[in-house]
Amino acid sequence: MSETRQGRVVKVAGPVVVAEGMAGARMYDVVRVGKLNLIGEIVELNGDLASIQVYEETVGIGPGEPVVDTEAPLSVELGPGLIESIYDGIQRPLNSLVDFEGEFMGRGSSMPGLNREKKWHFKPTVSEATKVAPGNIIGEVQETTLLTHKIMVPAGVNGTIKQIAEGDYTVDEKIGVVAAEDGSETELKLMQKCPVRSARQVRRRLAPNRVLVTGQRVIDTFFPIARGGTACVPGPFGTGKTVVQHQLAKWVDADIVVYVGCGERGNEMTDVLTEFPELKDPHTGEPLMKRSVLIANTSNMPVAAREASVYTGITIAEYFRDMGYTVALMADSTSRWAEAMREISTRLEEMPAEEGYPAYLAARIASFYERAGRVECLGSPERDGALSIIGAVSPPGGDLSDSVVQATLHVVKVFWSLQGRLAYQRHFPAIDWLTSYSFYKQYLKDCFEDKEQGQQMEAMTVKAMGLLEQEAELLEIVRLVGTEALSPADRLSLETARSIREDFLHQNAFHKVDTYTSIEKQYEMLKNILYFHEQSLSAIEAGVETAEIFKLAVREEIARAKYIPQDDIAKVAEIRNTIDEQMKHLQVPNSV
Amino acid sequence: MLSIKEYQTVTNISGPLMMVEMVDQAKYGHIVDIELGDGSIRRGQILQVENDKVLVQVFEGTRGIDVNKSTVRFLARPLELDVSPDILGRVFSGLGEPKDDGPAIIADKRLDINGSPINPYARDYPNEFIQTGISSIDGLNPLVRGQKLPIFSGAGLPHDQVTAQLARQATVLGKGEEFAVVFAAMGITFEAAQFFINDLQDTGAIERAVMFVNLANDPAIERIATPRFALTAAEYLAFELNMHVLVILNDMTNYCEALREISAARKEVPGRRGYPGYLYTDLATVYERAGRIKGKTGSITMVPVLTMPEDDKTHPVPDLTGYITEGQIILSRSLHRKAVSPPVDVLPSLSRLKDKGIGQGKTREDHADLYNQLYAAYARGKESQELATIMGEAALSEEDKKYMTFANEFEARYVSQDYYENRSIETTLDLGWELLSMFENAELKRIDVELIKKYMPKFRKEKSE
Ligand SMILES: Nc1ncnc2c1ncn2[C@@H]1O[C@H](COP(=O)(O)OP(=O)(O)OP(=O)(O)O)[C@@H](O)[C@H]1O
Ligand SMILES: [Mg+2]
Repeated sequence: MSETRQGRVVKVAGPVVVAEGMAGARMYDVVRVGKLNLIGEIVELNGDLASIQVYEETVGIGPGEPVVDTEAPLSVELGPGLIESIYDGIQRPLNSLVDFEGEFMGRGSSMPGLNREKKWHFKPTVSEATKVAPGNIIGEVQETTLLTHKIMVPAGVNGTIKQIAEGDYTVDEKIGVVAAEDGSETELKLMQKCPVRSARQVRRRLAPNRVLVTGQRVIDTFFPIARGGTACVPGPFGTGKTVVQHQLAKWVDADIVVYVGCGERGNEMTDVLTEFPELKDPHTGEPLMKRSVLIANTSNMPVAAREASVYTGITIAEYFRDMGYTVALMADSTSRWAEAMREISTRLEEMPAEEGYPAYLAARIASFYERAGRVECLGSPERDGALSIIGAVSPPGGDLSDSVVQATLHVVKVFWSLQGRLAYQRHFPAIDWLTSYSFYKQYLKDCFEDKEQGQQMEAMTVKAMGLLEQEAELLEIVRLVGTEALSPADRLSLETARSIREDFLHQNAFHKVDTYTSIEKQYEMLKNILYFHEQSLSAIEAGVETAEIFKLAVREEIARAKYIPQDDIAKVAEIRNTIDEQMKHLQVPNSV
Repeated sequence: MLSIKEYQTVTNISGPLMMVEMVDQAKYGHIVDIELGDGSIRRGQILQVENDKVLVQVFEGTRGIDVNKSTVRFLARPLELDVSPDILGRVFSGLGEPKDDGPAIIADKRLDINGSPINPYARDYPNEFIQTGISSIDGLNPLVRGQKLPIFSGAGLPHDQVTAQLARQATVLGKGEEFAVVFAAMGITFEAAQFFINDLQDTGAIERAVMFVNLANDPAIERIATPRFALTAAEYLAFELNMHVLVILNDMTNYCEALREISAARKEVPGRRGYPGYLYTDLATVYERAGRIKGKTGSITMVPVLTMPEDDKTHPVPDLTGYITEGQIILSRSLHRKAVSPPVDVLPSLSRLKDKGIGQGKTREDHADLYNQLYAAYARGKESQELATIMGEAALSEEDKKYMTFANEFEARYVSQDYYENRSIETTLDLGWELLSMFENAELKRIDVELIKKYMPKFRKEKSE
């Protein structure tokens, strides 16, 4: 081993420290700074000077203090024990830190990401003398009731399995040995380490081709996200970005959820921590926590670790994708990540581009979202994995011309635009149906087993969206000349559009039934609304007064269908019989 | 032990900043005392160290500081507050020095005013309903213990009355526990500060209050430290003495202006409206100190007050505050003109932690459905109000007219109340039902049918007959 490189602090300015005597150090190497042993990462090299972003508060650090190069890049530990964990931005387990430092965060603690004491039962899936390469699955650990953790050969290891054995192991005990052709041997462990700043390797990238069902009606029906797709949720404060992210983390049809709380509120993480163990996965009935990994670097925690948190999150997410799973990563909020970049950049005295953000902002955002996708994983057996990214964006004043929003919209395929106006009316999710979009709409029909039903659903979404667009135009007219000027058919369109908004798009995240709607139920609900519309139109043509139609009691049933539990889904479809029944009794005013 | 070092090597003074050179062993974030030629002392904090050059921000401003005659003492510690249970009932300056006639505090402890972030895993979710006696808050935007809920106000709006009413009336239902109040005044007028303090005196709450006062004519840079002193006191009371603390920070806009002044003096790239790019992070280190901690009885509930320049919610101060706090109570100038008091602008106001603080066993089972319905009806009524101002009432449909009547009644009876009227949560909820009784049941789509049957006044009457 070479002697560790040691430099000296010459400058401290907030989260950035400059050290001298660092010649030979590499970019993105992790260093320990000062007598307090703070963790930092080299972000700029200039002759013998290194600029370091420090992941902990730098108060009390001054010139002359030592800086030690660990000569390793910022990495995460990957292996059994990730699930149900809550980490800070550089993968320190927050639960263990509480035991170690108390309720308030201390400084200088290093703590491994994976528990070193816990034993896991490992079952090999390959036998000795098998040839292996990076990415090959060599065995399994049943990590939680919801997750079989596939143990893979780490990057750079090729050869033949010389030894492998079932048994109970900690993450850094030897589970086997690989012998390379040149005779050198590598120990296999349950754990591997992986640098966070570059994407993990895959065999091939594939185009997304399936919808990731979220149980949120406005999303699934009108603006769906795909497995391996990317989406962004921009909006002013208090419009529901976090609630959308939480709802997705709860109900999304993925195997693994990685939730990154990046520069947001502490209580929101507590909310997840208290709620997820109680909530049941609608598909398996198991607690949702058993498929979740949380990263929490809240707004008051050090800003450099916030910058790192999205990379920590995405690397963990890629690792599960490489096992062949469907993974969804939520980042709340990418604006706080961008602001962390800006703060570091300012302290490095880099030339700013727009709004003070560094010139590389758009490139960093793009390469982050590029890590999403559907892939053919490396190694055997052959398998596909998918990683979807859903990023919240918090533009100043809700202004969508903001640099972070614009850079994000360039790369993502789904845009859920949250509007203050809707949130103030408590129309939630406050996703604007007229400006949002999704490039994955064409896959919605494949969510249905029954092909015809899928096609019908597609047609219904077009019809419903048409009514919503028509509503916007009609309301303009009403504002100019009042309701009187509208034809009965137009009045009906207005009422149907209202019904689509209030009875379908509006979804209360905090209602025990309404919080999740299966795709089948979404179909039935939308069908009721449109069926009522069609029948009413015929009635109007036959001369029935609109006022009579609007008085029908069945409209309340259509509205309350959202509260009918999934198990009683047949009752939703039955509402159409009631519609028929009540329509029959409508009277046409005496036609002469 | 670190010895205190003295230097007379001030080389440059500009705005609130001062450069000292040839300094050995200075540490980032530590404080200095500056002794002027006339023997008076000012306090500063190290913003940056580079080799032997130290950049200091001077809290009391640099006026009268002289490059030649000043002596700078490096105290080798961050800003600290002396704490003991005796801080209760006391008034301190914006820099934590006793300002009343009382004795010096004999410290049990000295605490770094910057505190440390609460480990998110150690937090306990706030879920205990606080009854403020104000319907527009309790009924629609309930506050819970450990929440941070700011008041967005404007010049000339009655935020002082609202905060005083909050401090006077806030209790946790069923527990009757009273709050200790920590009040930080930043750049507000003597009159406004005195109004609040007098109110505490009248109710006797002053015994359980700690005040940090920086008035409009006190040094502006000091305001950067004031809320941190207040929160350090609050953390001590809450997490070491197990008290429930209500922290009022008034006015955060002045705090942000002080930050802007420093940033401009450092010639940093300005963000929106000249505020520094790190304003969000800086504000978060203040606001995120509210909360509850697992295994501890005490709590910190925070009500920051800020005045929105030009009543503009998208101004960086309210905007970034809203992005950090758990909702906001917005005061409206137009309601104030209509003599609705407190003029709470219900629609854009929000409490994000309400959902787990209300309902059966906490307030009442009908609470959530009821506020959802009140919101929906009021939002629609507001639209009708607007339509009526454009086209005249005559152009409204019967439906629209009904909703407009509702909105007017709602503002006059539900939102409006006396500053000394302390409504119980039952009174507030029942009032909501009474107002909704003008609609057909079928229109109340957001309320469970069973709850309508149970709580709607006409059904209740039938039952009691
Ligand atoms: N689907 C929903 N159902 C019911 N209420 C909702 C829903 N979405 C949002 N809300 C309400 O809106 C509030 C604000 O939502 P949220 O915290 O997600 O906003 P945000 O956009 O993340 O704000 P910020 O940018 O400040 O973090 C919630 O506390 C909740 O009361
Ligand atoms: Mg949020």
